[in-house]
Amino acid sequence: MSLHAESTAVPREKVESPRVKSIKDFFRRFTKNKPAVIGFFVILFLVFLAITVSSFSRFDIIITPHDPSTVNLVDRFQGPSSEYWFGTDHMGRDIFSRIVHGMILTLGIGFVSVIMGGIIGVPLGIIAGFYGGKIDAIIMRFVDVLLAFPGILLALAIVSILGGSLINVTIAVAIYSVPGFARIVRGSTLATKKLEYIDAIRALGATDTRIIFLHVLPNVLSPIIVNATLYIATAILTAAGLSFLGLGAQPPAPEWGAMLNDGRNHLRDAGHIAFFPGLAILVVVLAFNIFGDGLRDALDPKMKN
Amino acid sequence: MLTYILRRLIQLIPVLFGVTLFVFLLMHLTPGNPAQLMAGEQAPQEVIDRIENRLGLNDPLPVQYVRFLGNVVQLDFGTSMRSNLPVMDEIRYKFFVTIELAIYSTLLSVFIGIIAGIVSAVRQYTFSDIAIMFVALFGLSMPNFWLGLMLMQWFSINLGWFPPTGWGSASQVVLPVITLGTAGAAVIARMTRSSMLEVISQDYIRTARAKGVRERVIIYRHALKNALIPVVTVLGLQFGTLLSGTVLTEQVFAINGMGRYVIDSIMARDFPAVQASIIIISVMFVFVNLIVDISYRFLNKRIDLNG
Amino acid sequence: MGSENNILRVNNLQTSFFIDGGHEIKAVDGVTFDVPEGKTLGIVGESGSGKSITALSILKLIDSPGKIKGGEINLKGENLVDKTEKAMRKIRGNTISMIFQEPMTSLNPTYTVGQQIRESYKIHQGLGKRESTEKVIEMLKLVGIPSPEKRINQYPFELSGGMRQRVMIAMALACNPELLIADEPTTALDVTIQAQILELIKELQDELGMSVIMITHDLGVVAETCDFVAVMYCGKVVEYAEVKTLFKNPRHPYTVGLLKSLPRSDIDQLELIPIKGTVPSPDNMPEGCSFAPRCPFATELCHDHLPDLLEIGDGEQIRCWIYTDDWDGDPEVKVYEP
Repeated sequence: MSLHAESTAVPREKVESPRVKSIKDFFRRFTKNKPAVIGFFVILFLVFLAITVSSFSRFDIIITPHDPSTVNLVDRFQGPSSEYWFGTDHMGRDIFSRIVHGMILTLGIGFVSVIMGGIIGVPLGIIAGFYGGKIDAIIMRFVDVLLAFPGILLALAIVSILGGSLINVTIAVAIYSVPGFARIVRGSTLATKKLEYIDAIRALGATDTRIIFLHVLPNVLSPIIVNATLYIATAILTAAGLSFLGLGAQPPAPEWGAMLNDGRNHLRDAGHIAFFPGLAILVVVLAFNIFGDGLRDALDPKMKN
Repeated sequence: MLTYILRRLIQLIPVLFGVTLFVFLLMHLTPGNPAQLMAGEQAPQEVIDRIENRLGLNDPLPVQYVRFLGNVVQLDFGTSMRSNLPVMDEIRYKFFVTIELAIYSTLLSVFIGIIAGIVSAVRQYTFSDIAIMFVALFGLSMPNFWLGLMLMQWFSINLGWFPPTGWGSASQVVLPVITLGTAGAAVIARMTRSSMLEVISQDYIRTARAKGVRERVIIYRHALKNALIPVVTVLGLQFGTLLSGTVLTEQVFAINGMGRYVIDSIMARDFPAVQASIIIISVMFVFVNLIVDISYRFLNKRIDLNG
Repeated sequence: MGSENNILRVNNLQTSFFIDGGHEIKAVDGVTFDVPEGKTLGIVGESGSGKSITALSILKLIDSPGKIKGGEINLKGENLVDKTEKAMRKIRGNTISMIFQEPMTSLNPTYTVGQQIRESYKIHQGLGKRESTEKVIEMLKLVGIPSPEKRINQYPFELSGGMRQRVMIAMALACNPELLIADEPTTALDVTIQAQILELIKELQDELGMSVIMITHDLGVVAETCDFVAVMYCGKVVEYAEVKTLFKNPRHPYTVGLLKSLPRSDIDQLELIPIKGTVPSPDNMPEGCSFAPRCPFATELCHDHLPDLLEIGDGEQIRCWIYTDDWDGDPEVKVYEP
């Protein structure tokens, strides 16, 4: 029993272009979702913080008075205090500084790997969905092979070839996100292709390239954006996991997963060394997940309950 | 139905082919001479030659692949570079530890996830719904290795309730299973909730209400059965994620399973061991998904509204 | 009005939906009608007129964010609006039953036909499986389903649309209800099947002596099956009359419009005349009569003030200024010329 079926509203008053209207509708729906708005601002704030700290040493000194990589064996294993907000690690380094400085690594891996994954995955999906037939079959088999390695395993396999480093982890996580993009984009492309107006445009003599860029791409954009946001969350978790396993960022880089790994040997006497980096990962991933959920609900109201 | 299963099995062939090819190429895509890598940098030339001969690394790649494939089919993954023992012998025991961990965690996540999802859907927009969905979001966003460490710190080190490491006894199982199962429970809870909400708005639920059926019966008899069908589809994926998640969990709790074995093998550049572990986990994942797909189709046939 | 023995009297029913934190949409706003015992009342209106919400309100099946705000629903002298959910459950499927528009989706796909009909017997008569199975077979036979012993173990997807609607009817009539609400029971079916289902309902009504509320947008269905008719527009009843009267002498300009847009075989018709304009959206209701913006006779009075539903002789009711003393337009206006 839905209200929609019972209310056949009439368009009235000023007429807006459908695209402007849909963007407006999107903002109205999105801003109504308070947690998603908070998630967005948390992300914005963290990105801002990460960039200022790593680019402007003057701000850096204000925010993190302790150098993230200076070893200070006298102050090892200090608990959280006004001097060291999150305490110090086994080498006396300030954990708060390290987390703030590690932010750029975490966010960087997240954004870069997902953008790279999108650059490969989106065209694959569009080509597969748009042309169908043999090309589709080949691309999708390739995607199936990538999907056959569950979860972190594909990234592990790739890192095992490339060797452990921050860049290799980024590449591994990028490849790991390719099949997801390809699948989702292929699905939306197929749906778009079925729309009658695409046939009409083609009948008018539009080229494939024109149809893809002007008509298919805008239609598959919202699933891409939603997917990318949620993938950043997964990418951050995966990359942190690889670093935790010792296959990602190498010491002394203040990468959060690697910091967690440092902390696991000191759980008994200095639990905070493992606690804070994990909390940082949780906060960032949570922000992306909430923001992504909100985007999805706002872009595709049908999905919302 | 039988033709469907057959067709799906045939579709698997290129995938399995691709998986083995990819894993085979792992060794050869690595920059540098694999034999050199395995032997170590200072190894004398004769050691490298011996390895090359033993693995047939001087043959053309296609020949090597066919040989590799032939061996894999017989579950022969060669001998470990570290221990010189057949890889299969090393893996056998570890494999069952990992499967056990993954299955327990799947059961936990299904159990908790479905209950939480139902409660959430039935009390949509109430405090319990919001609280459950918030916790689920946390569960999704938490690095499970961190959760594992925190559980270990509180319940093993501080409270002494469970042993911090190992696998086997009932008390050793608890923390790793919670660690691994939490994210899965969160995914299933969210899925169950949205599926349940969709079913609750269906016409046949209104029919049941119009018949005078009690709300509780509507939820557990009329809605749940339909709502769980889409949840089945994520089970395969979930099992795969958990299977690979064992890598981190086993590392945290020092469990001697396949996950830990993969990591140690990657660190030691023990390629036969890496190849074997990755192939076994992936093939297993592929088949679990196949089974889930088939059962979904079986369940869905009944509800296919277009006949 | 009508017969003195009304099984159901609905008086000034108001059902609203509260969306986006309190914004009210009045889906049903002052619906009044009677259902005489053993007779069929038709409720006619376009989609969005609130007729389905009215039906669901009678069974109190309005889900949040909807709410019955006011009015009375009198079932044999008892006001259902005051009843608890528990008391309503005893009425649903027992005293009042309902069948829906979409037979394809109104049956639970995961239970057999037999299980679904049996449930009614279990709830309302406490019958066990064996006792009820016989009754189910009898019921399926009654609604004209061939080889019911076999059908009883089939799932809905194995049945055609017409068959599913018959199953729905069997399920609704299982406990011998006194009132059947049929919400567009034939809209989703093929034309040939439509006639069969209407015929079936009519037959069963005669056989079981129940009253029927037939909700439809199709005046043809009303002419064939109903004794009385309530015409709804924008959540309100605008005209209530006996079917014969309504077709012979429609009074409300909206009813007239509906009739004119209907192809007829009994008179020579030069053309079908559609009603001009569109239904106003629920959050933009006119101040006065909701039909005024589309009404060819509307005056300032109509635009500014909402007329009441008034009785004008012989059980007829009408919500239109033309039939009041306050009418400020042409006193000689002819709303309907056959």
